[in-house]
Amino acid sequence: MKHCEYQQIDPQALSTPTPTLPPQHAVVQEEKKGETARRKWEVFPGKNRFYCDGRIIVAQQSGVLPLTLGLILVTTVLFFVFDCPFLLKHLTVFIPAIGGVLFVFVVISLLQTSFTDPGILPRATPDEAADIEKQIDNSGSSTYRPPPRTKEVMINQQVVKLKYCFTCKMFRPPRTSHCSLCDNCVERFDHHCPWVGNCVGKRNYRFFYTFIVSLSFLTVFIFGCVATHLALRAQGGRGLMFALQESPASAVELVICFFSVWSILGLSGFHTYLVASNLTTNEDIKGSWSGKSGTEDTGNPYSYNNIITNCCSVLCGPMPPSLIDRRGFMPVEESSQTVATEVELAAKNEINVCTQGTKDLLESASRSPCPQAGKPQTVSTSCPDSIDPADPAVTFNPDVTSDPVAVPSLKCGGRHHSHTTSPPDEPRQLHHHHNRHHKTRSARSSSKRAALHISNPAYNVSLSPPTSPGLGPSHGTGAEEHVRDSFATLH
Amino acid sequence: MATHSLQDMRQQAAIAAKVFIQRDYTNGTVCQFQTKFPSELETRIDKQQFEETVRTLNNLYAEAEKLGGSSYLEGCLACLTAYTIFLCMETHYEKVLKKIAKFIQEQNDKIYAPRGLLLTDPIERGLRVVSFRKQCDSH
Repeated sequence: MKHCEYQQIDPQALSTPTPTLPPQHAVVQEEKKGETARRKWEVFPGKNRFYCDGRIIVAQQSGVLPLTLGLILVTTVLFFVFDCPFLLKHLTVFIPAIGGVLFVFVVISLLQTSFTDPGILPRATPDEAADIEKQIDNSGSSTYRPPPRTKEVMINQQVVKLKYCFTCKMFRPPRTSHCSLCDNCVERFDHHCPWVGNCVGKRNYRFFYTFIVSLSFLTVFIFGCVATHLALRAQGGRGLMFALQESPASAVELVICFFSVWSILGLSGFHTYLVASNLTTNEDIKGSWSGKSGTEDTGNPYSYNNIITNCCSVLCGPMPPSLIDRRGFMPVEESSQTVATEVELAAKNEINVCTQGTKDLLESASRSPCPQAGKPQTVSTSCPDSIDPADPAVTFNPDVTSDPVAVPSLKCGGRHHSHTTSPPDEPRQLHHHHNRHHKTRSARSSSKRAALHISNPAYNVSLSPPTSPGLGPSHGTGAEEHVRDSFATLH
Repeated sequence: MATHSLQDMRQQAAIAAKVFIQRDYTNGTVCQFQTKFPSELETRIDKQQFEETVRTLNNLYAEAEKLGGSSYLEGCLACLTAYTIFLCMETHYEKVLKKIAKFIQEQNDKIYAPRGLLLTDPIERGLRVVSFRKQCDSH
């Protein structure tokens, strides 16, 4: 454990790096290379879980994704094993072919919806948050939560209110909403889908739409084929019972398809309407543009007023990149910020004091088991230069001066919290079934709609208490991180 | 060791060190930044230069998000292949982001670094802000 050179901070001295900096910095860099550099997903402040070293992102609870996948797999496998041979013989080879193509489409789009970053907005850095606070109220104190605030902007000649997100410390862009289940602000937030186990937002809406449309086709197709199969077997006066006895699996498929086809078709129809009018589920349910506010022109300001253009822009528009850069490496000085910000709660009384206390904390940090404890530069109060000589604002941020000791424990606790449902010894293995929400088949169709609506209260949460200043992971330039492996673009 | 008020230091330093240009939402959700010249930069660069930089950035982002023939083609092709094409191909947006990174690098080298400023790529801030960072030796 390396101790910092403690010196009184002198404002004039800030501009010139002290002579002790180079050896410190060199030591820190070596230490950084010695231990594995951390990737940004490891310090991600939201409640998401990551697999495959940051390539795959899912929500904290997988919801009923295993159930969804299981039902689709079981039904399709039963179809191929029990119905296809008969239909192949008596009808045409295209039936299994079409079934196969639809099945592949469904599974791929489901996995892409679940594992893609929906358009998460990284949280504001402390500098940005401070800048915004400064613009809004000039009282200077940032230790207590100011009243809720909104900002109005004109979008296409219409007034739109932007809300301030206390968790992410920024004004939310239009159409962005904070998902309380994932604890992230998501751009063009549609809804949090438990069936898919992820939020549906700007980046994965097209996958979600492809999923429900192809699933509708698949369900209808299987239903039709199984009905045909049973009808053909029951021909010649032998009766439906006989046909069912010969092929009991078909009964299972019939039941599954019958109950799901209504809800899935309904959902597809609903989302087709949303796509055609360039709305999100969130906006539709809240009635943002339906004229309830009373003014005469409350049309949707984002709509192109042309169905084709709306559809094309939502489904075929350019694919925006992931803004959270999960696989980038944490730069040394930024990781110290991230580490330190977790502990504002524990150390409010330390904010204005740069003293021996910090030295004590460092010493006890050295006894902490968490790997992040070994970062002497977190003691920024005494060693401003070791963080970043060019950026004194960062140095003096009260978050950074707070107690680094409790950081390791909170940070580790925090990380484990976000991995609550996974066994602590295998946080990086591929997704296992953690939370199964078993729903009875009969309740599935009604619960599907209900599940959609139940997640509504999550939409409007902007008043979550600022448990941590929510420093967003900083980004290296995304360009070099786009390694072309098989999961690279599941961003 | 003497104690001192860090909060005062923080404010003083924070005001001096970074200038943020926020997003401009008047055209909807497309990525555009405000071209209003911030007062903190008055002593450092001239207004024309600043506006030109921000306007070029805005144009580049508009190009990235443009709905046109090529982006529709890319989208339809992606849809037909169940979006697996994104695994092999670099999207149009990513290509433009590379262009933007190069443009910012260029601007920094030619214009801003000589004046003690550093322009950060907005993608590093989640496309929320363009930030100008004042180098330590000139505050």
